[in-house]
Amino acid sequence: MGKILRVAGPVVIAEEIENARMYDVVRVGDLGLLGEIIGMEREKATIQVYEDTSGIRPGENIESTGKPLSVVLAPGLLSSIYDGVQRPLDVIRAQGGDFIQRGIYPTPVDMKKKWKFTPTIKKGDKVSPGDIVGIVKETSLIDHRIMVPLGIEGTVETIEDGEFTPLQTVGTVLTKSGIKEIPMGQEWPVRKPRPVKNKLPPEIPLVTGQRVIDSFFPVAKGGTVAVPGPFGSGKTVVQHQLAKWADSEVVVYDGCGERGNEMTEILTTFPELVDPKTGKPIMERTVLIANTSNMPVAAREASIYTGVTIAEYFRDMGYNVAIMADSTSRWAEALREISGRLEEMPGEEGYPAYLGRRIAEFYERSGNATVLSSGNRNGSVTIIGAVSPPGGDTSEPVSQNTLRVTRVFWALDASLAQRRHFPSINWLNSYSLYSQELGNWFNKNVKEDWYSSYQESMSILEKEAELQEVAQLVGYDALPENEKEVLNIAKSLREDFLQQSAFDETDTYCSLKKQYLMLKSILRMDEFEKYAVSKGIAVSELDTLAFKEKLSRFKEVKEESIDAYYESLIKEMETEIKGRVDKQ
Amino acid sequence: MTSEIRYKTVNKIAGPLLFVERVDNIGYNEMVEITLGNGETRTGQVLDTRKGMAIVQVFGSTTGLDTVNTSVKFRGEIARIPVSDEMIGRVFNGLGEPLDGMSSVVSNEKVEIIGNAINPYSREEPSEFIQTGISTIDGMNTLVRGQKLPIFSGSGLPHNKIAAQIARQAKVLSSSEGFSIVFGAMGITSEEANFFIEEFRKTGSLMRSVLFLNLASSPSMERIILPRVALTAAEYLAYEKDMHVLVILTDMTNYCESLREVSAAREEVPGRRGYPGYMYTDLSTIYERAGKIRGRNGSITQLPILSMPSDDMTHPIPDLTGYITEGQVFVSRELHRRGIYPPINVLPSLSRLMNQGIGKGRTREDHRGVADQLYSAYGRGTDLKSLSAIVGTEALGKEDRLYLNFASLFEEKFVNQGFNEDRTIEKTLDIGWDVLSTLPEREMKRVKREFIERYGKWRK
Repeated sequence: MGKILRVAGPVVIAEEIENARMYDVVRVGDLGLLGEIIGMEREKATIQVYEDTSGIRPGENIESTGKPLSVVLAPGLLSSIYDGVQRPLDVIRAQGGDFIQRGIYPTPVDMKKKWKFTPTIKKGDKVSPGDIVGIVKETSLIDHRIMVPLGIEGTVETIEDGEFTPLQTVGTVLTKSGIKEIPMGQEWPVRKPRPVKNKLPPEIPLVTGQRVIDSFFPVAKGGTVAVPGPFGSGKTVVQHQLAKWADSEVVVYDGCGERGNEMTEILTTFPELVDPKTGKPIMERTVLIANTSNMPVAAREASIYTGVTIAEYFRDMGYNVAIMADSTSRWAEALREISGRLEEMPGEEGYPAYLGRRIAEFYERSGNATVLSSGNRNGSVTIIGAVSPPGGDTSEPVSQNTLRVTRVFWALDASLAQRRHFPSINWLNSYSLYSQELGNWFNKNVKEDWYSSYQESMSILEKEAELQEVAQLVGYDALPENEKEVLNIAKSLREDFLQQSAFDETDTYCSLKKQYLMLKSILRMDEFEKYAVSKGIAVSELDTLAFKEKLSRFKEVKEESIDAYYESLIKEMETEIKGRVDKQ
Repeated sequence: MTSEIRYKTVNKIAGPLLFVERVDNIGYNEMVEITLGNGETRTGQVLDTRKGMAIVQVFGSTTGLDTVNTSVKFRGEIARIPVSDEMIGRVFNGLGEPLDGMSSVVSNEKVEIIGNAINPYSREEPSEFIQTGISTIDGMNTLVRGQKLPIFSGSGLPHNKIAAQIARQAKVLSSSEGFSIVFGAMGITSEEANFFIEEFRKTGSLMRSVLFLNLASSPSMERIILPRVALTAAEYLAYEKDMHVLVILTDMTNYCESLREVSAAREEVPGRRGYPGYMYTDLSTIYERAGKIRGRNGSITQLPILSMPSDDMTHPIPDLTGYITEGQVFVSRELHRRGIYPPINVLPSLSRLMNQGIGKGRTREDHRGVADQLYSAYGRGTDLKSLSAIVGTEALGKEDRLYLNFASLFEEKFVNQGFNEDRTIEKTLDIGWDVLSTLPEREMKRVKREFIERYGKWRK
């Protein structure tokens, strides 16, 4: 039995723990708090504790469980809410009350609950790791596919049809080293990525229903996104919108060191929201991890690994999974805090020298992949990480290290947010390295001129930025009419297209087709206005035409009537502008 | 268990820290009683404990402490305060000891001041609109019950007046019941404290208030523990006594200064501007104690005040606060100079929980649209103001001049109001429509058509 030598906040130093190994989980003190060994020196071990250490004394006992920090991956995960070390918060509440009590460790999924298991293989079939042996209908949206664990390969001896608890055996396999059991679920150490057969280039977009994202800065299924922004720039709303509307089959939402009330918002709104495709509550495809800012800091450090491991598990079943980590800066701060308590040599801004490596390792767990199995099954993990740079200045280490490894960058801009331009993604600073590849997909699947429309719009917005500098010097009135026209179209792009209300029931989700028609109608307006200006009409006169209002209300149009609306809008545009020209 | 043992083994005193040697297994965060050579006592808390040694942080000053005569007693328990209804209407210091000359609170119920985190699963989404009677808050940065909304201010600005006005006028429309106030003062001047006490007395809310005062002259280390003591009292009133509590904490900047002092004394690796790396976590354990809990009637709404050093919003204190709280109310020096009260600049202000509290059945159906329209119009107006300073008003287009005019009108009519003026939400929204009507109707892209027809002032 080991003994505690020193307690300083979440860090405990102990000696003589039997069989202590790096990253093994230990139970600390008389309360048996969960901890993890993060450093060793001779017989001394340094431990980070996942709970508050108040009242813990030197001399109390400490014991190793001999296992690394692991999560339970089994039916029952979906629609759960966990803390950073996969403790179910609803059960903790039932056992310990409204405030989180220490030392309560309920099992992550209900171990007594029986699930109906339907086999998809039969006796005599050959199976290897990752092969699906059967299905549990976990929610009305998601089938939980039960897989052969790593290291088991051979011929199926038995397989049963019936009701089982999450970790019960459903069948046996005759392997080279004898008979092995196949349990429903498995356990997996969170810090170790789950293996795949090989990674594939991401080529299908994650459709989010957010115009500025899908049309301008799309992300591929299996891609990585960094969303940095100062407070109040709408990071969380962007993350919530993606969790609600992105067309991934499973969503893991990781509230890492953020606000309690935000998690409550998810808990209240998600069960009421229905998936646009299936009509089922989106909570049924969601796993929530809530380690709010005031919960123990070491568990916050673990929370993103817990989240990404669960995401990988559903990927292995062949699903497209998205994980939102809000916010990775809080995770990095947890690293810094623990590193500081360990008195490690600090790197930039007090962060440990290994910050960059840890960030890269995390994002590397994303990807589109052929998963482990004897067949050819694909799945993906998309990681969308919010970054909260101090003062909004992205030159700080967490932002910089994140940008090095992510391929999409949505730059949230406080000055846009202050003007209530939401989502406040700055179109000039943001980028997507998937633009080109996904452009092909959009051209093929939505409309052949999707990508060229994007390029055209982007060049108008870039032109606007240049012209605004000129206008600042000489005044707007001094600009020639054809340049005023560019500003006019750019304004329409910003207000009528890029702005999208997350709180309006229609505008909150915009289908790809509607996005295309909206953008197209602005580009058509550009053509007509250019024509009118060439005929000597002033831009200010065009502004008073009635179709402008109709264009700005396109957002409010329901999906079923977009085609008719587009047709009549273009007709009115044409008649009114041509009429104005003819009158002259 | 360590009850009667007194250690006289203080070996080092550095800043607010005592290093006590040859002690026997002291608990982390345990409370400590320190007795000076002359019999005076102080309180402290264990910050670091190891075999045979404990580092104690002293609340209050270390003046008069020495390494020879000072004795230390470990209480064997973590910090607790007694709580009861008797606290209401009384004044305490940062440790919860009475300052009003009356006896200590007697209660069987002693509560740990470092509260456990509210289980996120237990929280109830805050959604009840609080009418503060201040247009810039109600109309554009709506406060709801259970929210934490700090006031970002600077020295010399009227944040105290704003906080007092909110405390006086705040009400929930559906009930007649007012707010109880828990007031925590950290390092403010006695003049400022008297202003608040006088205000509370005038409006009768002193009878529903609990005051915790640590003035500029009081020991600075007490400030570390004061907000936790105050919030413990607030939690008792809210969750055990079903009260709706408004917690005003001022000035959070002084709290953070004390935090930095302790960190420096412990020779920790400093983060930005010398503040400790764990300041975010530490502040969150204060701010996150606001909220509502399912199945309990009371609520805690927090209104922390902090003065931004040199009005810099990117300074670590406002920056970290903004990342934890649900928005902020930004007090502007420029508006104040122009004589506008309350000088709240709505552009950098924000209420994250606004959407839950507004709309049909809560405030009015057009609320969201009006607020968004005012924001975008005022944003454009202020941009043009800086542009016209360069090119002159004459160089602006006709429409731009309308926006410029709108910005001034908005500040004079909508933002500006009296210290005693309590506007209803209808009144606020109507003023909003009034100022918007100086712009062309077709510019109202943020408001639904039907609301323009119902509430707009163009056709009349």
